Amino acid sequence: MYKVVERKMIVPNLHELVVEAPHVASSVQPGNFIILRADENGERIPLSVADWDREAGTVSSIFMQVGGSTAKLAQLHPGDEIPTFAGPLGRETEIEKYGTVVCVMGCYGIGSMWPVARALKEAGNEIVAVIEARSTFLLYWLDRYKELCDKVLYCTRDGTLGRKGHAGEIPDMLRSQGVKPDLVMAHGCTFQMKRMADVTREPGWKTVVNMNPIMIDGTGMCGVCRLTVGGETKFACVDGPDFDAHEIDWDEFLARRKTYFVEETEPLRHSGCGEHAEEHQGVSSG
Amino acid sequence: MAKKLNLDRKAMPKQKPWERIKNFDEVALGYTVELAQAEAERCLSCKKAFCSMGCPVGIDIPAFIKCIRKGDYAAGVRKIKETNALPAICGRVCPQEEQCEAKCVLGNKDAPIAIGRLERFLADYEASSGKRETPDRTEPTGKKVAIVGAGPAGVTVANDLALLGHSVTIFEALHDCGGVLTYGIPEFRLPKAIVRREVDYVRSLGVDIVTDFIVGKTRTVDSLMEEYDAMFIGAGAGLPWFLGIDGENLNGVYSANEYLTRVNLMKGFRFPETDTPVKRSAKVAVIGGGNVAMDAARTSERLGADETHIVYRRSRKELPAREEEVENAEEEGIIFDLLTLPTRILGDERGWVRALECIKMRLGEPDSSGRRRPLPIEGSDFELEVDAVVIAIGNSPNPLIPNSTKGLEIGKRGNIVADEETGKTSREGIWAGGDVVTGAATVISAMGAARNAAASMHRYLMDEDK
Repeated sequence: MYKVVERKMIVPNLHELVVEAPHVASSVQPGNFIILRADENGERIPLSVADWDREAGTVSSIFMQVGGSTAKLAQLHPGDEIPTFAGPLGRETEIEKYGTVVCVMGCYGIGSMWPVARALKEAGNEIVAVIEARSTFLLYWLDRYKELCDKVLYCTRDGTLGRKGHAGEIPDMLRSQGVKPDLVMAHGCTFQMKRMADVTREPGWKTVVNMNPIMIDGTGMCGVCRLTVGGETKFACVDGPDFDAHEIDWDEFLARRKTYFVEETEPLRHSGCGEHAEEHQGVSSG
Repeated sequence: MAKKLNLDRKAMPKQKPWERIKNFDEVALGYTVELAQAEAERCLSCKKAFCSMGCPVGIDIPAFIKCIRKGDYAAGVRKIKETNALPAICGRVCPQEEQCEAKCVLGNKDAPIAIGRLERFLADYEASSGKRETPDRTEPTGKKVAIVGAGPAGVTVANDLALLGHSVTIFEALHDCGGVLTYGIPEFRLPKAIVRREVDYVRSLGVDIVTDFIVGKTRTVDSLMEEYDAMFIGAGAGLPWFLGIDGENLNGVYSANEYLTRVNLMKGFRFPETDTPVKRSAKVAVIGGGNVAMDAARTSERLGADETHIVYRRSRKELPAREEEVENAEEEGIIFDLLTLPTRILGDERGWVRALECIKMRLGEPDSSGRRRPLPIEGSDFELEVDAVVIAIGNSPNPLIPNSTKGLEIGKRGNIVADEETGKTSREGIWAGGDVVTGAATVISAMGAARNAAASMHRYLMDEDK
């Protein structure tokens, strides 16, 4: 069993979970993910790693409450124990000195980008953070990024902070700030990453995305996380989760991501929150 | 010999097909004492035991059958356990018809002794008696052994080395032990309570099992080797193979590993009581003809499909699955589309499977495998309407350790190269066996390799083999 050190909602619907897991904390690297289960009947849920403390033996993740399984996670309290916490999984992000790296993030990706941005900075890169959200009330960890990065830009759907708009505006924003990226990294919901792939193709900016498919074992056994990259089938758990955004078959990926949408939200319909779940039917699960 | 040959091979009671397709309970119910006695009576107790020579772990078969005849079941269990730590499992899933029973003298008369059923009888007898004997252990040697994977290979090595006095730790990537016995083979063929019982037994020998620990990621082989005197890698199956035809990434297309893991390891058949969903499909096509394909097809029936098809490119005779499993599947109403090759998976506008496009085949001359090569019949293509496709054509060995370990010789198929006799790898102090070496094979062949590796490891640890 693994002890929950902290579980708090940091912005509406996004939670930070800190778990005591020294075996993972000792070897985790930027870009890795972990797999946990909330209880003995629980699904194996893959979560990107957002931070760690090697000495304290703890690992942090940011997750969005989407369906029944993440609802269970959202009910955990400090001191609770969970039966499964396995990792680190996936290949680590390739950290080198690229020059100027633009880190585009939103949703849980603001969390999972943190170790990547930190390592890229340590490797001598100039870091431009572009933080995207529907509105300011969904932003978190801004102080961390302000302290670490050479530049922090914002983009909100309602225009309450920074540029009004979504990921599609980002190239224009960067140009107007005189930023010439040598590499773009994107972490966030599938739609945002797909959008980044679309808009960085034309200027020819190499773009790496941290993919978030459905998984079960996460160790290269079941094959559910497969996606098409450069015309070949790849497995996100052992070949990724980082891939070249311009090589990915996004339509296929988006369709596969939604395979269990009905089942994911099924438990919510039996918890007295039925109407709420219905309202969210059309929203892509991030 | 005066005694007349008794050719009345006793059948094992089974759940009726129309009942069992509605549940996940074990299909074969096991011998009663009377049936076991009657079957054991038939054994000729050959001086030269061909049956034992056909057993990958060399069980003294005539000896344990003699114990059954005498009614001394505890002694029978002890006899088996001299060479096999997992009799309840082997009695159920070994392909005895190709091994011990194939060598039985009575096989010439089409009535070999039902050795597997008798092995299972003894193991189940011990379990139901509640009295489990723990064999004597040798004095501790002070040597530490790390084992990667709590599947059939890893558990066998752990058993053997623990009995020889070594301190053994198994590192398991998943949250539950048993490997393919737990995630792959369905409950109705191998109840998980039995797997747990056998794993608990190995624990009772002092073996430490660490779950959620992915060797190659959580810690590397090299880092563990600083702490341990020897290592056995039994990391098992890896990435599932696909056919390389259009439409394999459509929604509703599953690898058999995914399909079975959702149901077995994650208990998806109890969704939403459990959290891992599995789709309830109406018409399912399972591609492949091995035991895993039969498991997937029979699982589909139990999940309530109206129709389940096995799509296989050769004829019934070439099906690699055990005859018993094919018969079970036929009894349960699985439709066998034999001499049929899938050519394309067709999807609807939302990205879900709608049909499987196939072409009919005929058998030509034998190919390199000795089986007659299937050849397409021009103009015979047709569409099979389905809403799910399960691909059960095998898998490559697990890639995590090959990818993360220097100096370990890797074969063309991504497998760890190990000596056939001893299981030694190219790295000193490291052995390997099971699917990670051979690619997908049987439980018992993994256990046979594990047994040889354990013996070789023991010699190495005791400085007899350096």
